[in-house]
Amino acid sequence: MRQGQGAGNGSDMSLGIVMLVHTAFGRAEQVARHWAASGCPLVIHVDKSVPRKAHADFVEALSDLPDLRFAKRHRCEWGMWGLVAATQDASEVMLRAFPDVRHVYLASGSCLPLRPVQELIDYLAARPHADFIESATTADVPWTIGGLDEERFTLRFPFSWRKNRYLFDKYVALQRGVGFRRRIPNGIVPHMGSQWWCLTRQTLSAVLQDPERPVYDRYFSKVWIPDESYFQTLARQYSRQIESRSLTLSKFDYQGKPHIFYDDHLQLLRRSDCFVARKIWPYANRLYEAFLTDQASAMKRTEPNPGKIDRIFAKAVERRVRGRPGLLMQSRFPVEGRENRTTCAPYSVFEGFTELFENFEPWLARVTGMRVHGHLFAPARAEFADGQAVMAGALSDSAALRDYNKRAFLTSLIWNTRGERQCFQMGPGDEVEDIEWDIAKDPNAQISVISGAWAVPLFQSNANFADLRSEAARLQHVEAEHLKVLRSQWARARVRIWTMAEFVESPMEPLQSILDEIGHSNPRGLAEVPRMADLSGFGQFLQNLKNQGMHPYLMGDFRADTGVHEPPGNRGRPYLVR
Amino acid sequence: MRLRRKRAKIRAFRKHFSLRPVSDRTGQIRPGQVLLFSTLRDEYVRLPYFLKYYRDLGIAHFLIVDNDSSDGGTEYLARQPDVSLWTTKASYKRSRFGVDWLNWLQARYGHGHWTLVVDPDEFLVYPFCDTRPIRALTDWLDSSAVKSFGAMLLDMYPKGRIDAVPYRAGQDPIEIAAWFDSGNYMVEKNRLYGNLWIQGGPRARVFFADRPKKAPALNKTPLVRWDRRYAYDSSTHMLLPRGLNLTYDEWGGEKASGILLHAKFLDTFATKAEEELSRGQHYAGSVEYKAYAAHVRDNPELWCKWSEKYINWRQLEILGLMSKGNWA
Repeated sequence: MRQGQGAGNGSDMSLGIVMLVHTAFGRAEQVARHWAASGCPLVIHVDKSVPRKAHADFVEALSDLPDLRFAKRHRCEWGMWGLVAATQDASEVMLRAFPDVRHVYLASGSCLPLRPVQELIDYLAARPHADFIESATTADVPWTIGGLDEERFTLRFPFSWRKNRYLFDKYVALQRGVGFRRRIPNGIVPHMGSQWWCLTRQTLSAVLQDPERPVYDRYFSKVWIPDESYFQTLARQYSRQIESRSLTLSKFDYQGKPHIFYDDHLQLLRRSDCFVARKIWPYANRLYEAFLTDQASAMKRTEPNPGKIDRIFAKAVERRVRGRPGLLMQSRFPVEGRENRTTCAPYSVFEGFTELFENFEPWLARVTGMRVHGHLFAPARAEFADGQAVMAGALSDSAALRDYNKRAFLTSLIWNTRGERQCFQMGPGDEVEDIEWDIAKDPNAQISVISGAWAVPLFQSNANFADLRSEAARLQHVEAEHLKVLRSQWARARVRIWTMAEFVESPMEPLQSILDEIGHSNPRGLAEVPRMADLSGFGQFLQNLKNQGMHPYLMGDFRADTGVHEPPGNRGRPYLVR
Repeated sequence: MRLRRKRAKIRAFRKHFSLRPVSDRTGQIRPGQVLLFSTLRDEYVRLPYFLKYYRDLGIAHFLIVDNDSSDGGTEYLARQPDVSLWTTKASYKRSRFGVDWLNWLQARYGHGHWTLVVDPDEFLVYPFCDTRPIRALTDWLDSSAVKSFGAMLLDMYPKGRIDAVPYRAGQDPIEIAAWFDSGNYMVEKNRLYGNLWIQGGPRARVFFADRPKKAPALNKTPLVRWDRRYAYDSSTHMLLPRGLNLTYDEWGGEKASGILLHAKFLDTFATKAEEELSRGQHYAGSVEYKAYAAHVRDNPELWCKWSEKYINWRQLEILGLMSKGNWA
């Protein structure tokens, strides 16, 4: 195979492969042959828990390869010492049996060489003293599973995390309780990193032939996940030149399990420029075909750069751990407090504005370009913008559906209209009791309240005064309770509350500041302002309520003789920016 | 809960006597294969595409209970090389809508396998289903030590009248019923069973807008690494033991999940609804079918201007109906 480039150094066997196999033997055999075809000697370790028959078949299948040895079998379980013992034994066989080997590459049966093996050989030949092993101190690495980082080196871990989780946890708790700390032998500094390394003969033999090795072995055999720390720590003792990165592209998810590559990752892997990738799904036929048999698909010679793949897997972990804020769905339903925001985007709630201004909604829509709904929580129906019966996402305006799960209604609306800011009206006449807390606690909500403005429609109405009085009392009570919610210490929404008297005094400033915050305002100020309801006689109306024994206080102080604090000549005309 | 599970197992045992094997090819089942279980009645026209769809996903064997079909579907299924077929004339309702029959078959043949329980009008969509066979998903779930995979039912409907375009055997029903509601679902947690209870979609919007409590449940857990001790309690909405219902994340993250495209609303629907109504064999006194029959007579259009047209799983993922979780 490939005589062209392999003829010169194909026989020098400078790169040896130690391969750990426990499943998918067909693929392991395929990859072993691939390595061997480029002249790499192999030492294979087969997990002891593999049935005798499968093992025998595998050995038989590879019996035609001359430079291949099988190492003494150990039982390998994730997080336990067996993996290290297997690697040690296999490496010893490698160093003894193949004296020409300069670099030893630790790989698994589900590793797949992405670039021609010769390129890896040449790459290593150009760096004869470099040890490629990811190795960092515990303080510097974010990937720790189970909340154990430094403790994995200072406690003892005789029990399997996978099989005896109960004993594992209890024993950790016990050691913490009695303040047990292991002594780290000879003052070595524990390092961690990817299990998959490529070491020089010098470094590897120094580790394996160290007179202190029994001490280290005894220590690391009770460390948690020693396969990620044994060689990573000890290589630091002897290496002349550590390149702290792994030549094997191997990404781990948040649970410490390797991400798996499938057929649809082919282009991604081609562009990754890495020498070896793991872990490959055994049935990813296209990948095996493309990288093992089709040399035309070889990649260009560049420095390894797994950045693109990094981003994809980092995003996947982010999706699993943090999710999409403001989305409630079949596989994301956070308990209270873990929502990371109730809704997905900022929105504005206006209370009392439609009551005070005659054309507030169309005006707001025109000025800001936002979607302006009416009272979404009105008793009769959800008053969507433009009187629609169904909104984005096929959200229905049915009051029964909305009230069945108001929170779902609100989060769905905001989610369905991502990219377009939503505004809606609220008031004491609405069905807000189940939703007001959700809104008040939502940092995405911008709530602007003109308190007491509910009195304006009453003032304008033609109903009997006794009815008006009881309705006013009811609305005032509801709004007072609502304001308590908005002012509570748990409210995280951006809340602004004006009394109606304050607002009427100078309406422009509050409007301007609301619009500024929404970020839609014109730098030259408001070109057009909403028209305020005619309030002449409003003061007297309030006085009448007072005379009937009701105490309207939420709207602030209005004098009984005039309606507003304004010269009567201005009545009925819109406000203008001065 | 243990008692409920035991009761379900006993029911399954009792009801299995009514099952009569027509063609038993279960000897072909090999370890590691993904098996599909289904119960059906008079669905001949849907079967060719149904079998093709799931064969393409990599389902190795179909185990089907035929509830007294009379449309030739029984003979058709009996001829298929990868189908094992049982038939029964017993009551669908009294077998708790087929759950008892399938619980029995799953315990018998599904132990240690990943089992998929779907109706002939349900089409499973999972992340990367266009490039990865279902075995890739189950292998990944195995490596993540996950035993169950949730897939919400997504009602699909045509534009225009439901009966406007006739469905032909072998045709992809999603070609006709290509539309769905993208964002009107209501999620609640069932504190007793730990599963989510999801309602909404076009059925809630059109048929149940005035009494949402009665709207059908859309949450399902159709794909489970089966153990003979497990049991579905109510259709595929709830599983026992309860831990299997935790197909969602409660700490803000997203677990991987899929969608069952529900191609119920084809031209066959109106006749089916009338027929099911007269049989009275469906859930809660067939209240669902009563609501349909009433509506379907006068205004059989579910489509609205905010309906979304189905493209692929990535679209459903972006819309937030399903999630890749940490599968990449």
